Amino acid sequence: MAGAKEIRTKIKSVKNIQKITRAMEKVAMSKMPKAQARMRAARPYAEKILRTISHLSQANPEYRHPFMASREVKRIAFIVVSTDRGMAGGLNTNLFRAVVRAIRDWKSKGVESEYAVIGNKAATFFKRVGGKVVAQVTHLGERPTVDQLLGTIKVVTDAYRAGEVDRVFLAYPQFVNTMTQRPSVRQLLPVEPLETAKLPTHWDYIYEPEAVDLLDTLLARYVESQVYQAVIETTASEQSARMVAMKASTDNAGKIIGGLQLAYNKARQANITKELAEIVGGAAAV
Amino acid sequence: MASMHVDIVSIEGQIHQGEAAMVFAHGEMGELGILPRHAPLLTRLKPGAVRVRDADGSEHSFFVGGGILEVLPHLVTVLADTAIRAKDVDEAKAAAAKDRAAKMMANAKTETDIARATNEMIQAEALIEFLDKAKKGHT
Repeated sequence: MAGAKEIRTKIKSVKNIQKITRAMEKVAMSKMPKAQARMRAARPYAEKILRTISHLSQANPEYRHPFMASREVKRIAFIVVSTDRGMAGGLNTNLFRAVVRAIRDWKSKGVESEYAVIGNKAATFFKRVGGKVVAQVTHLGERPTVDQLLGTIKVVTDAYRAGEVDRVFLAYPQFVNTMTQRPSVRQLLPVEPLETAKLPTHWDYIYEPEAVDLLDTLLARYVESQVYQAVIETTASEQSARMVAMKASTDNAGKIIGGLQLAYNKARQANITKELAEIVGGAAAV
Repeated sequence: MASMHVDIVSIEGQIHQGEAAMVFAHGEMGELGILPRHAPLLTRLKPGAVRVRDADGSEHSFFVGGGILEVLPHLVTVLADTAIRAKDVDEAKAAAAKDRAAKMMANAKTETDIARATNEMIQAEALIEFLDKAKKGHT
């Protein structure tokens, strides 16, 4: 029963893989609601700060913050947010594809780019393909905090302030719903304000303390909140994508097991038939 | 009576939203009491309480560890750095935070460490003060 035995070992190993993928699916499923709740909780802050900045862009301050003024583009930076771990289907691959496409577009216009990476997968990706990585942070865990991101953000905003880069883009797997995550590459700096209801044409805030100082804080907070939002959206996307991917692999493993089982039964049956024929042949000879 | 919309948000979530008759906050340049139709104002907040008085006179108070306050005639937005609901604040946590800050101060190595430690100390002190007031009932 040589053939049958080999098939049996194979079935066993596929079953073991199936156990793992099923477990991962369940783990992702249980982590998903929390990740999504965290993502939703951070949304009001991001919305409100953007609203404040939109108001500000309609005011007439004597001082324009560099984060709000666009200039000629010579060099750009990407903040790429990925997951730390794989086994999440095409989540990271799709994101990197979108980023590479954007980089190529800018390159054809003679604009070079540099990268700040968040997440292990992006770090290894840029290590492999090459490119100027100016900052990186990995292993944020399931509950990323703003604190962990500050260093990376500062590197990029400092470069922007110093005029080393003229635009900053934020790339991350955007969470649409549990089944869909779309890679998103959007402009972070200079800030693109929302269209808001018309306010009186000539007005300005009273600034306490100085406008320069205050706008600096406000826009720094804005950038932090956007990056944080991207990071927690990535964790939510990660769990959803992993759940879907692992469900697909569990199903596929089931199909493979079915096929192997059929082959095994056939081999066993053939063996029995052969043995019977031998016995019958032997009896006839006697 | 005129009212204004108040939003208090922190990066971890929405803390409060609703209509209010008056808002009190610790601005960096001094105490603020904001009524509807206030002139547009943008200021940084010091760690401390933000109090919101509803139209019916009831008051809610929230602790913010610093942040930014935007005032428009009918809209007040508090972008808090860390805002915790007053009832959720636990005193032991505040003491622990202060303890941590003090410890950090003791073995601070660089200037940034000292700056961070001082900052944590100020926040922890403000939180404790806030809790003391809350306990006495006149927040």
